[in-house]
Amino acid sequence: MKPTDIHTPDYFHKVVDCQWACPAHTPVPEYIRLIAAGRYGDAYMINWKANVFPGILGRTCDRPCEPACRRARVEENNVDAGGAGESASGQTGSSAKPEPVAICRLKRVAADYKDDIRPRLPRRAAVMNGKKIACVGAGPASLTVARDLAPLGYRVVVFDRDPRAGGMIWSQIPRFRLPMEVIDEEVGYILDLGVEFRGGTEIQSMKALLAQDWDAVFIGSGAPRGRDLDIPGRREAAKNIHIGIDWLSSVSFGHVERIGRRVIVLGGGNTAMDCCRTSRRLGGEDVKVVVRSGFEEMKASPWEKEDAMREGIPMLNMLVPKEFTHEKGRLTGVLFEKVKAVHDEKGRRRLVPTGEPDQHLECDDVLVAVGQENAFPWIERDIGIRFDEKWGMPVVDETTMQTTLARVFVGGDAAFGPKNIIWAVAHGHDAAISIDKFLNGEDVRERPAPTVNLVSQKMGIHEWSYDNEVAADLRYKVPHRDQKIALKDIKVEVELGFDPKLGFKEAQRCLNCDVQTVFKPKLCIEFDACVDICPMDCITFTANGEEKELRTRLNAPARNLAQDLYVSDVLKTGLIMAKDEDVCLHCGLCAERCPTGAWDMQKFFLELAHAGPACRPGVTTKTAIPVRKAA
Amino acid sequence: MTYLAKPRLHHPALPVNKLGYTRRDYEGKVSTLCAGCGHDSISAAIIQACWELDLEPHRLAKLSGIGCSSKTPDYFLGNSHGFNAVHGRMPSVATGANLANRDLVYLGVSGDGDSASIGIGQFAHVMRRGLNMTYIVENNGVYGLTKGQFSATADRGSKSKRGAVNADSPIDLVSLALQLGATFVARSFSGDKRQLVPLIKAALAHRGAALIDVISPCVAFNNHAGSTKSYDYVREHNTAVNRLDFWPSRDAITVNYGEGEAIDVLQHDGSVLRLCKTHAEYDPTERLAAMDLIARHQAKGELLTGLLYLDPGAEDLHQHLNTVAVPLNSLGTADLCPGSQILERINASLR
Ligand SMILES: Cc1cc2nc3c(=O)[nH]c(=O)nc-3n(C[C@H](O)[C@H](O)[C@H](O)COP(=O)(O)OP(=O)(O)OC[C@H]3O[C@@H](n4cnc5c(N)ncnc54)[C@H](O)[C@@H]3O)c2cc1C
Ligand SMILES: Cc1ncc(C[n+]2csc(CCOP(=O)(O)OP(=O)(O)O)c2C)c(N)n1
Ligand code: SF4
Ligand code: SF4
Ligand code: SF4
Ligand SMILES: [Mg+2]
Repeated sequence: MKPTDIHTPDYFHKVVDCQWACPAHTPVPEYIRLIAAGRYGDAYMINWKANVFPGILGRTCDRPCEPACRRARVEENNVDAGGAGESASGQTGSSAKPEPVAICRLKRVAADYKDDIRPRLPRRAAVMNGKKIACVGAGPASLTVARDLAPLGYRVVVFDRDPRAGGMIWSQIPRFRLPMEVIDEEVGYILDLGVEFRGGTEIQSMKALLAQDWDAVFIGSGAPRGRDLDIPGRREAAKNIHIGIDWLSSVSFGHVERIGRRVIVLGGGNTAMDCCRTSRRLGGEDVKVVVRSGFEEMKASPWEKEDAMREGIPMLNMLVPKEFTHEKGRLTGVLFEKVKAVHDEKGRRRLVPTGEPDQHLECDDVLVAVGQENAFPWIERDIGIRFDEKWGMPVVDETTMQTTLARVFVGGDAAFGPKNIIWAVAHGHDAAISIDKFLNGEDVRERPAPTVNLVSQKMGIHEWSYDNEVAADLRYKVPHRDQKIALKDIKVEVELGFDPKLGFKEAQRCLNCDVQTVFKPKLCIEFDACVDICPMDCITFTANGEEKELRTRLNAPARNLAQDLYVSDVLKTGLIMAKDEDVCLHCGLCAERCPTGAWDMQKFFLELAHAGPACRPGVTTKTAIPVRKAA
Repeated sequence: MTYLAKPRLHHPALPVNKLGYTRRDYEGKVSTLCAGCGHDSISAAIIQACWELDLEPHRLAKLSGIGCSSKTPDYFLGNSHGFNAVHGRMPSVATGANLANRDLVYLGVSGDGDSASIGIGQFAHVMRRGLNMTYIVENNGVYGLTKGQFSATADRGSKSKRGAVNADSPIDLVSLALQLGATFVARSFSGDKRQLVPLIKAALAHRGAALIDVISPCVAFNNHAGSTKSYDYVREHNTAVNRLDFWPSRDAITVNYGEGEAIDVLQHDGSVLRLCKTHAEYDPTERLAAMDLIARHQAKGELLTGLLYLDPGAEDLHQHLNTVAVPLNSLGTADLCPGSQILERINASLR
């Protein structure tokens, strides 16, 4: 293998598994350390800069970072042996299986306990630059564009047909998961930057909008249409059959306050989970989720399923709805065909009828949550915005978020179909950079590099500026409110969040994956002190070879191909140093043991560029978003 | 040294031995020695060897004297028996323990100061008596713990860190052990685990006095130019007479060499030592030839390493003394107090 070039930003970025997996590349370990230090405001600002909605995301994020988190990998095969769990035996609320750091819920800790951060937010632009931008839809994608551009002097106007800003964050996500105050606070920070919100305004024609004097238009209109289920009885029993997302927004608007006693929710995604839990709070006593797939294949996140089941909602699997039964125009129930999964020669999974008799489940109301679709009836197809006619989606450049009409950009669910809030934010940042460059006459395809910093953490012979002791604790559970109270009021938040003490303990589980092991081959005298001390057998001195073969003959086989090998130049004895990054604990023991300092622990800090002069080569003024550099 | 305990987490794919233990289960407390000390590498080799031998930790007793080297038993085999004797007195304690309980595996760890200076008398007697133990000397040529004075193994003419030149003749523990009748004599280097681990395994399996003299650079006081026990010096002057493979039994052998490349030596316990020759005419069962070659190399400032001498038919102290075949703690009242009739008979025989 060629020696690793640790100066390409991606190399160490990949080692920070969570940050790499986060669509907005939030510097996770940095904010987790700040939480452990009780510096909640600083932790909040790191998040705010990267993901715009720390309080909202800290309760609702889809958390792609957590499946990626190293902590779960290193606890693998260590939990039972007591390796990780020495102190965990007496730990309250822990589960005895390998689990990632509660990255998402720690974000909420920062939001909950921060002091007033308003003085740290960017100021309204002192001078406007004369350019006007329209954002269609007031969801997280548009709001991110607005946040990034308004302080630069752009006049940003956000339109939404709803009276409030927030998009699905407020219209779909129920209040027992996300209180209104949190939305108001974080949406407020953005509107306070001088962003104009025009609620209750539906854009009915893109042509008409473009005819006005906007310099750029951002489409952040989401994926607003819930899929229907066209089976016999649908029309006849229509009064008691509701489309999940329409029903949830009616609940948010306060138009719907009750549902029948017996409710069937069709579908296995997160919308279905919100539908069934909302039903439980609006009079539904016997609420069931019925899904055509198996339990494991359900689209909902595991924690959402868990939360629903904890509220006494059963999940019935392998049942395909066949017919809505009704009597005198009233829904009486749903008839299901029983299916099983079979695999064909190619290994593809198919559902086939078991041949057993159909099953009838009685109910008073049905909520259909079988998928979500995009719809752009308001965008004319003859104005230069090309559409992929098969999918009915605009053609969008994945990097620049630009459409085929140069001054029109898209992001969030409207761009590539329904995803989640954090993706909408990531798209928003990218689109804002493009709009800013576009309106400054620059090539939008030339993307700004991230800011990268690599600094030694050495303070003394055995002293580091980070806490390198690896906590043995298993993941802490977030405390929940008493169910008797929680189920009574739809506005009562279920999760109570970590208190500062639990937050500290959970934060200590983070392995500081951003504090990198940096190897200097010239200083190495090759007698294995680091190899001997490394608890995870990460380091090997061996003859060089092709990566595939080299991976098999390290001290511990490097089987996780998603994780890189760090390979040095040839050393004095002709061997190379090869380190498998996979399960390194970033404990720094290698660096403490090395007498020559060939290993050093260096903090890697990567921040994505956000729209502003710094993204425009040739412009030297400092970026307008003043965010403090954390410790 | 490190102030933090080594995390108990281990690699998820770390293998287990026949007893179901990982290598990590053979570790001890975290070392307090200087970062880069050769002694830590030897501890790692001991851990590896015991794990590979499937040794039950409670079957091993580790004994030591005083010195950085003698501190190391705290840093490996945390679940074994241990005794930290006074300076240079580890051999007497080992002898007593071994006589009382012959069933344990005895591992003595000492330093060049502990064994060649204050403890030379004890060293000599334990070797000549053939006590069944593995005796590892972690040889750095200085008193590490007391800040680097020359020890008795320092070569004449070698320079201390402050520039003082050693005028005294060195004691070569390997030659001394050979002369005194040790039946397993080896030398190795802390920086070469590939050589050291099989030697430790073979020594632990050997029944009799087994000495391994391990050159172990002291990074704080004896790793400079002018030292003959530095990493650089040893790497440059090291000649290995053979490469050893250790197999617990004949059936376990998985590597084969061509005709004449290797010789197999069978030990009492059925284990096989396969010596791959790297030095053509060297025969490790020839004691006098071994002593001769060692001395010749020493005169040139060269270090001969590997398995230098082995007596496969060795006897140990228990055989010499014709002691009872079981540990003393397993003898019951009936064994220890055979009754007045027998006493009468003994008395009568003395009249
Ligand atoms: C029930 C449910 C629960 C969810 N839970 C989560 C969760 O817990 N975590 C998570 O990360 N994601 C969740 N999501 C997904 C998440 O809400 C969306 O992915 C995200 O809000 C998309 O953001 P966006 O900016 O693209 O648009 P949206 O938030 O969809 O906002 C689009 C806005 O545009 C407005 N609009 C559309 N067309 C027009 C028009 N022509 N004129 C004016 N206004 C218009 C709409 O009224 C809407 O307010 C959930 C989705 C649903 C349906
Ligand atoms: C009876 C006695 N005399 C002297 C000492 C002081 N002392 C402690 S360690 C040591 C030398 C140890 O040298 P060595 O065995 O080579 O160990 P190293 O530290 O080099 O590994 C001495 C002289 C002592 N502890 N006890
Ligand atoms: S342990 Fe910490 S830094 Fe590492 S992946 Fe998990 S959260 Fe990120
Ligand atoms: S914003 Fe979401 S995805 Fe990104 S780190 Fe946070 S919790 Fe994970
Ligand atoms: S930081 Fe060093 S010692 Fe610790 S696990 Fe990583 S490579 Fe091993
Ligand atoms: Mg010494």
